[in-house]
Amino acid sequence: MTALGTYVKVWLALIALTGLTVTAAGLHLGSLSVLAAILIASVKSSLVLSFFMNLRSEERVFKVMLGVAMATMAVIMLLTFVDVWYR
Amino acid sequence: MAIDIGAAEVSYLEHRGVHRGIASWVLSTDHKRIGILYLTSLLSFFAVGVLIGILMRLELIAPGETLVSARVYNSMFTLHGMIMIFLFIIPGIPAAFGNFFLPILIGAKDVAFPRLNLLSWWVYVAGATLAVLSLFSGGGAPDTGWTFYAPYSLRTGTNVTLAVFAAFVLGFSSILTGINFVTTIHRLRAPGMSWFRLPLFVWSLYATAWVQVLATPILALTLMLVMLERIVGLGLFDAARGGDPLLYQHLFWIYSHPAVYIMILPAMGVVSEIIPTFSRQKIFGYKAIAFSSLAIAFVGYLVWGHHMYTSGMSDTARWVFSLLTFLVAVPSGIKVFNWVATLYKGAIDLAPPLLYTLSFIFLFMIGGFTGLISGALATNLHIHDTAFVVGHFHYVMFGGTGFMLFAALLYWFPKMFGRMVPARPMWLAWLLMFIGFNALYFPMLILGWMGMPRRYYDYLPRFQPLNVVSTAGSWVLALGLAVFFVTLWRARRHGEIAPANPWGGSTLEWQIASPPPVENFERIPVIERGPYEYGEIPPVE
Ligand code: HEM
Repeated sequence: MTALGTYVKVWLALIALTGLTVTAAGLHLGSLSVLAAILIASVKSSLVLSFFMNLRSEERVFKVMLGVAMATMAVIMLLTFVDVWYR
Repeated sequence: MAIDIGAAEVSYLEHRGVHRGIASWVLSTDHKRIGILYLTSLLSFFAVGVLIGILMRLELIAPGETLVSARVYNSMFTLHGMIMIFLFIIPGIPAAFGNFFLPILIGAKDVAFPRLNLLSWWVYVAGATLAVLSLFSGGGAPDTGWTFYAPYSLRTGTNVTLAVFAAFVLGFSSILTGINFVTTIHRLRAPGMSWFRLPLFVWSLYATAWVQVLATPILALTLMLVMLERIVGLGLFDAARGGDPLLYQHLFWIYSHPAVYIMILPAMGVVSEIIPTFSRQKIFGYKAIAFSSLAIAFVGYLVWGHHMYTSGMSDTARWVFSLLTFLVAVPSGIKVFNWVATLYKGAIDLAPPLLYTLSFIFLFMIGGFTGLISGALATNLHIHDTAFVVGHFHYVMFGGTGFMLFAALLYWFPKMFGRMVPARPMWLAWLLMFIGFNALYFPMLILGWMGMPRRYYDYLPRFQPLNVVSTAGSWVLALGLAVFFVTLWRARRHGEIAPANPWGGSTLEWQIASPPPVENFERIPVIERGPYEYGEIPPVE
């Protein structure tokens, strides 16, 4: 069992990261702004997955499954940007 | 070596559960009954789709307005496409035969989540009902094509919102089936049923289920955005509102291209079951076939851009996608070579299931080769949005998956209903369908090459001769379909009683009674051999 304190800390971290997303969006980073948003969102979802959904202490097969899903999504995004960046 | 499965109990067809009559079907959580529910529903939609297809061909028998107006024709191909894709071919083999046979093939009593399974059928029915409603409400039947391309889908007055919502709901049904199958295959294999003792149909269902789970949500979200854009004017895809119509095409094909592998992979799985049974040989290259299913499922995610060569996408993306597209041909080729190698020197019995399977290989090859022509950037520019593409995808989806669905019906009918299907009428049906099919679609390939665009109710007079051939082909095909289904319908009641193993098959479904007992196996079997070990099976009487 994860201690209650940990959950609260993770929650605070999530709020802080949301703040960071909003700030980053205001910085006008050009084509990097999407990258920044995706990176922050990935950190946030990994926090949710490993703590709130307890993936940390799950069997390996679930981690592998998640990894496959993430990898697929990363490849899809990359390929989409092959269009967007060079258009 | 016989497998110990205990004494047979009452069959699932005669079993008296809590419910009676129709309720004993639509409320049943038995995977076999749900499989049959799906089969009946999707074949009914197939019949409607075929009818619309034949009417479209009738319109195209002569240039100009023959039967229906341009508006009506546009709604017809949209409806035909939606029915055939979302209601027939995507649920298709996995929902009907996967549901019925997956648990039996792995030595289980049911799928992992039987109630979820029933729910997925109900969600499917709900989605289908919404699709029907969309025809008669709002601005009437959608006229966008089954692809709902923006910005037209955002502006047309027809009821796209409801139709898109229907596809959204249908997607959930697909996801639920996928989750159920992945879990079932991981958790419910009988003792000794290691991954490499799984029948290849199970491997193909596994790969398909993953695509269903990972890709369908993308479609769901995309369609949701279309709805939002239509209802509240979001401005994501409409350039006039600052949106990007290409974004829509990307998102749509990120799902819909992998979806074509949802359609074809299970069909390939059935091929890998039928060929060993009817050539009485162990499958050649078991692992190569199993892994090529996974490879197709994965590479299938990388090629969606080949639907968008003329859309104005970046040049870099165009050649990258063209290059990647050639990769998919490799695992598909691996399968075809292994099937042919399995037949080599086998004791071939050209019974109807094998006959239909061999025509699958033939028609799928034409589909595959025309696919290479469409997938190569340079040639695509010439045939893009022409009748060539219509010919190509009918060869793959209908000649491929459709014919394999028929083969699966012929192969497993004795197990599902306990009755044999007479072979003679099925030979006749095959002849009619095969001739009709090629007469219907091969001219489309030529017409497209000559420059006839798709999705028009009209064409230049010089295209007429081949269009007449094509329309005549649709009648022969329809006749073949009629013979096929009337024969099946009669066989259900009047066919000879089927033995447990009429074809001398070696996989688990043939070791239990026909039709299967309610719980499939009285005792869960212990598996001690691979799926296609013919040397050890006693010959059929
Ligand atoms: C007797 C059977 C069939 C006939 C006569 C038929 C005929 C046609 C015709 C004439 C078109 C429209 C061409 C155009 O104007 O662009 C079409 C489109 C289409 N067909 Fe079929 N077809 C049949 C079966 C099937 C099957 C079995 C499938 C799928 C499994 C299918 C999937 C489609 C799709 C996806 C479209 C594209 C719709 C669109 O452009 O939005 N058809 N078919």
